Parts: sequence; structure tokens; C-alpha cells
Amino acid sequence: MNYIPKIPLAEWTDKFIAYLTLHCSDTTQSIADFLEKLILGIKNFLVMIPPELFIFIVAALAWWLAGRRMGIFTLIGLFFVYNIQLWDATMATLAMIISAVLFCILLGLPLGILAAKNKTAYKIITPILDFMQTLPAFVYLLPAIPFFGLGVVPAVITTVIFAMPPVIRLTALGIRQVPEELIELGRSFGSTFFQMLLKIELPLARSTILAGINQCIMLSLSMVVIAAMIGAKGLGGDVWKAIQTLNMGMGFEAGVAIVILAIILDRITQSLGKSK
Amino acid sequence: MKKLEVRNVVKIYGSNPDKAIALLQKNPEIGNDEIRKKTKQVVGIRDVSFSVDSGESFVIMGLSGSGKSTLLRCINQLIKPTAGEILLDGEDLTKLNDKQLIEIRRKKMGMVFQRFALLPNRTVLENVAYGLEIQNINRQERAEKAKKALEMVGLKGWEDYYPHNLSGGMQQRVGIARALATDPDLLLMDEPFSALDPLIRHEMQEELLELQKKLHKTIIFVTHDLDEAIKIGDKIALMKDARIVQIGEPEEILLSPANDYVARFVENVDRSKALTASAVMVKPRTVIFPKDGPRTALRSMEKNGISSLFVTDRDGHLLGYIRAEDVAEIANQGDRQLERVIQKDMPVAHPDTLLADLLEVLAYTKVPVAVVDEDNKLVGTLVRGSVIAGLAGKKEESHELYSEDSLS
Repeated sequence: MNYIPKIPLAEWTDKFIAYLTLHCSDTTQSIADFLEKLILGIKNFLVMIPPELFIFIVAALAWWLAGRRMGIFTLIGLFFVYNIQLWDATMATLAMIISAVLFCILLGLPLGILAAKNKTAYKIITPILDFMQTLPAFVYLLPAIPFFGLGVVPAVITTVIFAMPPVIRLTALGIRQVPEELIELGRSFGSTFFQMLLKIELPLARSTILAGINQCIMLSLSMVVIAAMIGAKGLGGDVWKAIQTLNMGMGFEAGVAIVILAIILDRITQSLGKSK
Repeated sequence: MKKLEVRNVVKIYGSNPDKAIALLQKNPEIGNDEIRKKTKQVVGIRDVSFSVDSGESFVIMGLSGSGKSTLLRCINQLIKPTAGEILLDGEDLTKLNDKQLIEIRRKKMGMVFQRFALLPNRTVLENVAYGLEIQNINRQERAEKAKKALEMVGLKGWEDYYPHNLSGGMQQRVGIARALATDPDLLLMDEPFSALDPLIRHEMQEELLELQKKLHKTIIFVTHDLDEAIKIGDKIALMKDARIVQIGEPEEILLSPANDYVARFVENVDRSKALTASAVMVKPRTVIFPKDGPRTALRSMEKNGISSLFVTDRDGHLLGYIRAEDVAEIANQGDRQLERVIQKDMPVAHPDTLLADLLEVLAYTKVPVAVVDEDNKLVGTLVRGSVIAGLAGKKEESHELYSEDSLS
């Protein structure tokens, strides 16, 4: 391959990021400040709730939505997490997930709608989503640091990039799957664009969209440990610490807590999609 | 009064419809396949024109792929025609902007769909109220109107059920109620009964006719079932290969098909349900007035070789009929009064009575069946020969072949 000089992709990337850092860092910093306040606010709110009360509320919710067995599992699981003194870490992780998922929905839903409605948008968005999902997370974890510093903010941002695609994809899919006849129904009775969206398309795409949000939550959880590498604390932080110090017991405890959190979030959001 | 006028509507699918239109203009007889081969454009509808009167049921009938659904969707602009005009109350719908179009769709049109198109997440009442809801009518008023519409289609008491609780026939009633709830003038019905089983379909057709008697909507009804078309339609447009091959009243299409295609199409239809007495009746060649004496009557019968005669007054009102043997009897007695032997107990039909309702009478009657109009004026008579010819699909040109006497 000597006859074609090496394409300096790495150099270009470095230059591009250096350029962005130089010119955009003020904006990104203010975004970072805002995000940090939001995430901290959510976390402080979660920690403020007495753990026993929190556990009972979530267990009751799980019982109501996902059945008695899930309710009991939630009760025991969360008490176990509380018992092994990972409550604060769990709440920190939960706060991260909540804010990440919130942004995924806020950005992903409109993008999904756009992709469903507009063929050109669909053609542009789809390859970007493929790119976002397959690019190893570490590769964009690093550039996030110059923009947003270390800590929880770049962690949430990388999580959003990683976990948003299913929301966009499944929103688009759900809307595209609405039967042609129901679209004709809406149009023939004189619905406006937003009436079509709010009264026909989104309600009918509801369970597909919720499946996307469920996947989004699961992907966010899987980013927790990776995000810990750039200073996000929480359960991932404990796992990361355990890896670095070869502390197998500590790693296992935090790992089990992540699994428990994952199961509870998964079952609750899954049953949201099924109910009705 | 013209409610809807469709003028020279063309729909071409493809990226370059102008080429196809140019071809069509150059050679109106060019085939759809040839256009597709030459221009890669697909013809949906070519040069279709018709008009529908207010309160009329207009059926667009054709097999799948004939363009009938496309035509229906051009009317409410779900599909934008490539060329042509569509005038509703004199207003050209193809020239409206989005906002005006939404307004027209809300106020003037209701659509009923083949597979019902009910929203599964809404109750029956909420489904029926959909058209009102998007017009931002308040909750109470729309519930009232929706309930009224549901009552019209016989679904009172089902308001709070979900569509999946209902049978197909009931779901389509909800669909019809939804279209009626906004009280539009124009109902667009896209094969509304095709997805129902035959018994229910039949029942729904009857109910639509009943509803129409009360509501007098202008209905555009698409179907592939000729029996249905004949039953529902005041007028039928028969479509083939993207154009209308014949427009006319059901009888016209049955009795004088415009070409072989239509003729083949109408071959298998149940004519007894389409043809009325007026289509197959013959002129009563001889009638007699009460003051004519028995001798005159007998002579008339003898001359025409028949054994009975209708009796009318001077204005043509049917009084009854007389039989040769009775007349001969009073003639022998020297009685000049025909009145005594006029038989009043006889089968009568109206011009719009369906043959299906007359077949039994025709099978057993000993005397000709008189056809009278609403004033009881004699307008014709039914003889078995012409009725059978009508049912067999042959328009009877010459009534002379059939003697009125063939009945007795």
C-alpha cells in the first residue's frame, strides 16, 4: 500500500477536535454546568428520600405494573442493596440514568418522528445511528473530556450518544408501522399535522416507543461502568475501583447491585409498554 | 342539483407524469401498458368525468386494480390528481391550499373504510367523536353528537366498549357513525362491506338504504360486487383499466351494456334483484271501458286471441279485468252491463317493484299481472315471456313476439 500515502484521518480528527475545543469550549462549558446542576439535583432529591420509603414506593409500583412477584423481588432486592451499603452509589447511578434517558427521549423522540415523516431525514439519520452504535464507546469518551471536563457530565453525554439510537429507531419504526388506513382516516377527517401525531401516530406507536425507551435504559446501565472511567461515581465507580485494586468482593457487590437495578428498571418499563 | 362534479381527472404515478399525459392527449386510445413501457409512468386514472346529484348514491364499481379506490381518494384529495377538476358545491378542490382542504374535509366529507379503520386505543364513543374532537368541539357537545350517531346505526349502549370487543359488522357501524357524526353532505365509502361475511353484508346494505332514506346524503360508494352496486346505487360507474367504461342507472347497465366487457361483467348478476317491473313490462295492447258492451269485449278478445281483458276508466285508471267465459255468459243473457263481471281480485305491481318480489306471483297467477303507477293508472302488463327474457339478459326489442295470453 505504498503507492497511496496514508490518509491522515487521525491528524484531521485531532485538528478538528482542537478547533472545536478552542472555539466551542465556552458553550460546552455552560452546557456542562447546567447538566451538572441537573444531575446533582436529581441525585440529591433521590438521596433525600428515606431509603425505606423509596423502597416501598418502588416495590408498590413494580407490584402494580409488573405483578406480585416483581413487587416482592423489588422489595428484597432494594433492601439488599441498602443492606450492603451501596444505597448512595445506587442513587447516584440512578440519577445518571434518569438524566441520560431524559435527554435521550427529549432528543430522540423528535428525531424519530422526523425520520418517520421525512425520507431524506431518514436517509441521513440512519447511517449516523449505525455509526453511533458501533463506534466503541471509549473512542468518544476521550474527546468528551476537553469539552465537558471530567466527572458525571461527560459520562451522561457519552451515555446519551450510546443509548439514544434505539429511541430514534423505534419511534420511527412505530410511526411507520401505523396502518395506512388509520393515516387515511386521520387525513380524510381533516386532522392537522400535530393532530395526526398526537391523536393517531404516537398513541398507536406507544408500545414500540416504550420498547425503545426500555432498550435505552438498559444501554444506559451498561454504560455505567465505562463512564466511571472518566470520573462518574456511583455503582460503576465502585466496580472500576474494585478492578483497579483487584478487590473481587467489592466488585461483585457493586455488580450485583447493578444487576438488581437493571432487572427492576427493565421489568417496570416493559410492563408500561404492555399494559392496556 | 349537482353536488359533485369530476371533470377529466387523470392520475399518473411516477416522477414524470407530463410525458404520460402528453401521450394520452396524443392518442386517447393508447393502452396503459404501452404508456408504462414508453414513459415508466403508471396510470392510476385516465380522463374520468362524472357528476353526482345531491342526495344521490353513486357507485364506482370495478375489479381490483381498475382505479376505483384511487378515484375515491382523488375526491377528498388523499391522492392529488395529476390533472382535472373536482368540484364540490362548485368549488374546485384541486385548487385549495392545505388549510382550506382541512376545513372542507372536516365539514363536508366523511369517509368509511374497508377495514373499518377504528383506533384500537379509543372507546367506541371516542372513535365516533374523532371528527368532532379535531374540530375542537367541547367534550360534552361531541359526546352528545357521537351518541346520536351511534343510535342511528343501532349501537346505543356500546359507547364505552373498545373496538376489539365488537364483531366486524358492529365495527363498521362504528365507522359509519363516525362518518355521520360530523354531519357531512358527502359520504365516501371505500368498499365498506367487503370485509364482512355475506349475511352481515346483506344486513348492512339494507341498513344503509334505510339510513339513506332518512338522511339523503350524497354517497360515493366503491365496490367490486355488482349485486351490491345494483342494490345501493342510483347510478353506477363501471371502471376498467383506469377509466370509466359505462355510467348509468343499474337497469341501463344490465339491459344495454356498453361493450363486451360490461356484458360479461353483468352476465352473472342476479337480475331479479336489479330489474324492476318497468324494465320488462309490455304495453297492454287492448283495454276496454265499462260502458263498452260485452259484444265489443268479446270481439276484441277474439281478434287478439286472448281470453281476458283489463278494464280501465276513460282516464286509464285500472278497474279490474274480465274473463271471456263471464262475458260470453252475460252476452247470452242479453245483459249489456260489463260491471257485473269485472274481477277486482288480481295481482298488481308497481313500475319499481323488483322482479325478485314478483316471481312467485308470476309463477302461480292465472291472469296477467297489471303494472300501475301511484295513481292506479295502468301503465303495462307483465307476461312470462318478457320477464324470462329480461332475466336471461336479453333486452326485449319486440313485444309482439309474446302474446299477453301466454299467461293464461
